[in-house]
Amino acid sequence: MDNIILNAVIALSGIGVTAAVVLYFVAQKFKVIEDPRIDVVEAILPGANCGGCGFAGCRAFAEAIVAAGNLDNLNCPVGGNTAMAEIAKVLGLEAEEKEPLIAVLRCNGSLTNAKPKVKYDGPLTCAFAHNLYSGESGCPFGCLGLGDCVDSCKFDALYMDKATGLPVVIQDNCVACNACVKACPRGIFELRPKGKKDRRIYVGCINEEKGAPAKKNCEVACIGCGKCVKECQFDAITLINNLAYIDPYKCKLCRKCALVCPTNSIHELNFPPRKEKLVEKVDAPTEPAPVATEG
Amino acid sequence: MENMISIFVRAIFVDNMIFAYFLGMCSYLAVSKTVKTSVGLGIAVVFVLGITVPVNYLIDNYLLKAGALTWISSSFADVDLGFLSFITFIAVIASIVQLVEMVVEKYAPALYNSLGIFLPLIAVNCAVLGGSLFMQEREYANIGEATMFGLGSGVGWLLAIVGIAAIREKIRYSQVPAPLRGLGITFIVAGLMGIAFMSFMGIKL
Repeated sequence: MDNIILNAVIALSGIGVTAAVVLYFVAQKFKVIEDPRIDVVEAILPGANCGGCGFAGCRAFAEAIVAAGNLDNLNCPVGGNTAMAEIAKVLGLEAEEKEPLIAVLRCNGSLTNAKPKVKYDGPLTCAFAHNLYSGESGCPFGCLGLGDCVDSCKFDALYMDKATGLPVVIQDNCVACNACVKACPRGIFELRPKGKKDRRIYVGCINEEKGAPAKKNCEVACIGCGKCVKECQFDAITLINNLAYIDPYKCKLCRKCALVCPTNSIHELNFPPRKEKLVEKVDAPTEPAPVATEG
Repeated sequence: MENMISIFVRAIFVDNMIFAYFLGMCSYLAVSKTVKTSVGLGIAVVFVLGITVPVNYLIDNYLLKAGALTWISSSFADVDLGFLSFITFIAVIASIVQLVEMVVEKYAPALYNSLGIFLPLIAVNCAVLGGSLFMQEREYANIGEATMFGLGSGVGWLLAIVGIAAIREKIRYSQVPAPLRGLGITFIVAGLMGIAFMSFMGIKL
């Protein structure tokens, strides 16, 4: 009996010690020297591993920053300017201030604006439906409403509005990680600057068809009439492929374009209400406008 | 030589780790969402099985078996440490996985990045321990046969996980009945694949 226990203990300890010694020497010999700053940078990053920076995860992003030695074209949208400034301080670099971005849905083809003409009965993913046909409303550019973007969002910043059939961006949660932009097979989402006091103005449509077919499928489609282009005093609006696009970096948020748009496809978010006589012409934006004193 | 080939083929098809013994099911179901990652894990399993089975073969034959210690002294002829095989095998597997990880990280960073998280995961994969235990049970004649058995088991596992990953990629775009979505249909597919592999059962090699 003693013998068995003794033998077992000796054999096991022998194997254990051998393995430990071998591992120790191998670890010494094959040590991979890693830059200790990578760990420091990684600790500053939010650790969401969302891929918004264009790298596989926070670790990969930290390695890229340390390897690059400068912060050009490297930005963590989740951590924002504070995280980037802290990283710059640790590495002795300079970070340029970047305007925070937010995801914007460039489609207003709700169940009332773009009435469904057919009934879809296939797999409930946008990626599949997009390959199959143009959508229940018939608009080949508009939102399919099956929620691939909601599934892709890791920050609970998107939800499907059952009443309109469109996804809604929750402004406080959105970190502009670009996940929904990639997830949408039609490229409806765009990352735009948050704007002063969160005020944004954008064309809520990406339909490149000519006026008549676009309008046939959706009441609020951009028909490419060009009125807003003429109205804009800052050359911020361009008309390409029958579609107006407002450059957020040139736009001065004067809101004149929204007034002349015949289909109300230009959206204004978080602006104070207009003065009495103008209010009739403008429909309310998708988010309720906060009350403010400026007009 | 012929014997080795037949052991190799037998381990892949007839005694397939997944479809004949249902070993390594957890990583088989968890990491088979895309073909790319499943190939990575499969190659890592082939790698680890191909190394651990012969090493454990040596340990079994020169340390644990009844009378295996006679190479030290003939007075050990009646010592049988066979009951230690479980704990010894798993310890050896864990340390070899560590060792392989370090060596790969040093000499093949690209391979290390692609295998990355899979290597440590494999230390606790039951297919790997199963490989060593089957090797002990079947009493292969020499270390070459044991190596062939290890590699064959790994290739069989790779084949199985790549197959189910390809099917799961297709299933994502089909209309599965609501209660079966996700893991449910995967279990059914795994069972059907197992039935298909049962057709190899009668083959004598």
